[in-house]
Amino acid sequence: MYAFLAWLQTHAEGLPEHRIANIFEPRSTPGDMERHIANLTLGITGIIFVVVGGLIVYTIWRFRRKPGDDSRQEPPQVYGSNQIEIAWTVIPILIVFILIGVSARVIAAIQNASPPHSTLKIRLIGHQWWWEVEYPDFKVKTANEIHVPVNADGHTATYLQLESLDVIHSFWVPQIAGKTDLIPNRVNYMWIDPKEAGIFFGNCAEYCGTQHANMLLRLVVQPQNEFNAWVAQQAQPAEANPVDPGVAQGKNMFESLACVNCHRVQGTTATGVFGPDLTHLMSRQTIGAGVLPMNHQNLRDWVNDPQNAKPGCFMPSMKLTDAELDQVVSYLESLR
Amino acid sequence: MASIDYPLERPDIEDTGWHFAENLYRWIATVDHKKLGLMYIVSALIFLCVAGVMAVVIRLQLAFPNGHVVDPDTYDRLFTMHGTTMVFLVGMPIVAGLSNYLVPLMIGARDMAFPRLNSFGFWIFLFGGLLLYYSYIGGSGLSGAGSAPDVGWFAYAPLTTKSFSRGHSVDYWALGVLVSGFGSIASAINVIATTISLRCPGMTLSKMPMFVWVMLVDAWLILIALPPLSAGQIMLLLDRYLGANFFNTQHGGSAVLWQHIFWIFGHPEVYILIFPAFAILSELVPIFSRKPLFGRPAMVGAVVAIGFISLGVWAHHMFAVGMTSWSNTFFAASSMLVGIPTGIKIFNWTATMYGGRIRLLTPMLFCCAFLLQFLVAGLTGIMLAVAPFDWQLHDSYFVVAHFHFTLAGGLVTALFGGFYYWYPKVAGRMYNETLAKWHFWLFIIGFNLTFIPLHFAGTLGMPRRIYTYAPGRGWEIWNQLASLGALMQAAAVTLFAWNVIYSAIKGEPAGDDPWDAWTLEWGTTSPPPEYNFEKLPVVRSSRPLWDLKHPNDPDWKYE
Ligand code: HEC
Ligand SMILES: [Cu+2]
Ligand SMILES: [Cu+2]
Repeated sequence: MYAFLAWLQTHAEGLPEHRIANIFEPRSTPGDMERHIANLTLGITGIIFVVVGGLIVYTIWRFRRKPGDDSRQEPPQVYGSNQIEIAWTVIPILIVFILIGVSARVIAAIQNASPPHSTLKIRLIGHQWWWEVEYPDFKVKTANEIHVPVNADGHTATYLQLESLDVIHSFWVPQIAGKTDLIPNRVNYMWIDPKEAGIFFGNCAEYCGTQHANMLLRLVVQPQNEFNAWVAQQAQPAEANPVDPGVAQGKNMFESLACVNCHRVQGTTATGVFGPDLTHLMSRQTIGAGVLPMNHQNLRDWVNDPQNAKPGCFMPSMKLTDAELDQVVSYLESLR
Repeated sequence: MASIDYPLERPDIEDTGWHFAENLYRWIATVDHKKLGLMYIVSALIFLCVAGVMAVVIRLQLAFPNGHVVDPDTYDRLFTMHGTTMVFLVGMPIVAGLSNYLVPLMIGARDMAFPRLNSFGFWIFLFGGLLLYYSYIGGSGLSGAGSAPDVGWFAYAPLTTKSFSRGHSVDYWALGVLVSGFGSIASAINVIATTISLRCPGMTLSKMPMFVWVMLVDAWLILIALPPLSAGQIMLLLDRYLGANFFNTQHGGSAVLWQHIFWIFGHPEVYILIFPAFAILSELVPIFSRKPLFGRPAMVGAVVAIGFISLGVWAHHMFAVGMTSWSNTFFAASSMLVGIPTGIKIFNWTATMYGGRIRLLTPMLFCCAFLLQFLVAGLTGIMLAVAPFDWQLHDSYFVVAHFHFTLAGGLVTALFGGFYYWYPKVAGRMYNETLAKWHFWLFIIGFNLTFIPLHFAGTLGMPRRIYTYAPGRGWEIWNQLASLGALMQAAAVTLFAWNVIYSAIKGEPAGDDPWDAWTLEWGTTSPPPEYNFEKLPVVRSSRPLWDLKHPNDPDWKYE
């Protein structure tokens, strides 16, 4: 049911959704290079498995003791052979050196690639248990959903600057690239250049506490023009004085509650930084780093008691009355 | 076949009267290497069952998406305690227990070099283990589900600092493991001293049984690798209570430093854990194939090489922390190098079987399964060593599958073989072969059913240590298969436990040498008397009993 709702909802955006994050179906250069070397490794190890495994099974089968055998007769006692020993030392050495060479090349190609001038920069900051996404060049902040342009011309890349404010997290969108950790007190970098528009699923890949399981991530790859429109829209502040009386009432309610200590709504007095930026909350597809699809009922349930959907998360249940809840939610729903 | 020992008295038989307090005292106060070895192994098996039950709960929770068997906090404690227990309270005492029981017997000694240190080692280990488990009731009491550690078995900083782990759970982890580590270090020192100074006349290092060789290298590895962990744990406690801030990133500490310290211990540790399997294979494969170990010098060389190389590969656990491309390349290369001596071992075991007359009894069946499963583990290990591939696989269920192939498919599988093999020596009675075969097939099918699918879940992006997952990401089927397999494994281990207990009482008397074996432990009675050998044996080759049994064709003519 949830899955269906999520499907309905995300398809409204018109982008195909890649829920199945198969590392063997990459859509970006680093992921592609990793798949190549993975295939090579699988090929080599596959052959070794068949040859050595076959030998083991053959040996066991061929030399097993059969019912009629004389149990006291011992087979010829063979102690070893230096030639054979050398042969099966040299062959693995050769194989290993091939793999080392190829690995070295791919490691350098991925890690030491120099950025084209027109790259998009994103600062991704890990929090227990959500992702803060900042576009420093556009003064845009959002959460749990990274929008990037598709690399249609072959020259568009996105650089991610990975940081953490609390414990270690790890950025992993399998179809785009392997993972890189977000480590407090340290800055890591990685780059991606998704070649196909779509929504790609990822997870936090380093255990980071109670809700590690629900620290999900969506990478939304859009055509450049749609991406530009998205950024422009995200850069808008929220309405300072909403005209709709219901919304205005909700805004007052929201601002009178502790919400503002933890959440920022740009252009208003809500300036908290402990939780996700809510300025364009409704433009996101999920609530709480992917635990719930975004819709009215889920949003209401979340604000009512986040501990229900995401037990242990750092947003307390605010114990609002039904009326307060309705007002706050109607305000949140105006944050588009 | 003539026994080289003729016991004068059998105090162990006189004891069988029901003098509970006396017996208890005898066990508690013992410094006998066999009693201590058995106590190590029995406590390891009990911890194995406890951690196994945890694994089953974990598998139940993950059998279906959005599982509700346990809550997230309980789940985190389960996988932390499962991992910590399996590594420190099962694997380590198994190493100590096997070497304790078998090394003196195999080298023709009457006891370990330092019997009291030996007993100290066991009790401090047990104390450490119980301290760790006391966390379940020690923190907030039984009803509060305790405050057992929930930071994962490698306890990454800064999750372990005061700011993120406020209770005492991390203290229990650090202290419990630290203290049980003293036991491992004590027993390692003892094994080294024993093999160096107590070998019976004629047993030069080149004639020492392969089992003893492997356990000797293992002891060295423990001695080198464990102190960094102890140091790390002390630093962690200093951080938590004296504001040292080694790892406290909120105050300028380094999270990566902990990873280096931990894995400098942690990678050799996985070889420390797998070595007993190598040791067992190196005894069982020859005996059941009726041929000497193929390429003994190469086998010794390989195990020493593995020991050395394993000290220089630790950062392959850290390919994702953003090291330079040079470091990544170095650690990828060194990790792949380990594959070479490991391959040599597999080849030599196979060559030992080649041309033999293989008796496919349960101990040997487990060895055969080990060879195939360990081959898979080795090959997935190569994949993980290819750093760019590891960027994808790291911290995913692929890794979980890989190391369970090494530890359950490798170590535990070989251990079952070893247990059945030495059971008649220890118990004086034979286990039940039919039950054992059932155990074998259930376990092997269950194991593969659990862990083969998890490789696929990993390549589909399933990270490890998640307490739940949403439907629709392609993970369901693999997890269901895995959970089914876990139940089969649980059934298999129950059969094993039953077999061990039942056969100890009702089994057929085994005789001194039921396998027609070649090493010294089979030259004394089953079970061996307290003093092991009435007359210290003198050996001339690595297969002393072969020489006795084949006076016309003794080994020492060729060695
Ligand atoms: C103590 C700080 C705190 C307070 C107070 C707080 N929140 Fe939150 N909120 C958080 C945190 C932290 C998260 C992220 C939780 C997660 O995903 O793990 C969050 C998440 C949310 C989200 C989901 C955002 C997203 O993009 O997923 C909404 C909506 C939200 N809060 C609304 C509110 C409202 C409305 C209030 C006041 C009634 C409020 N919060 C009070 C800390 C707080
Ligand atoms: Cu995480
Ligand atoms: Cu390792």
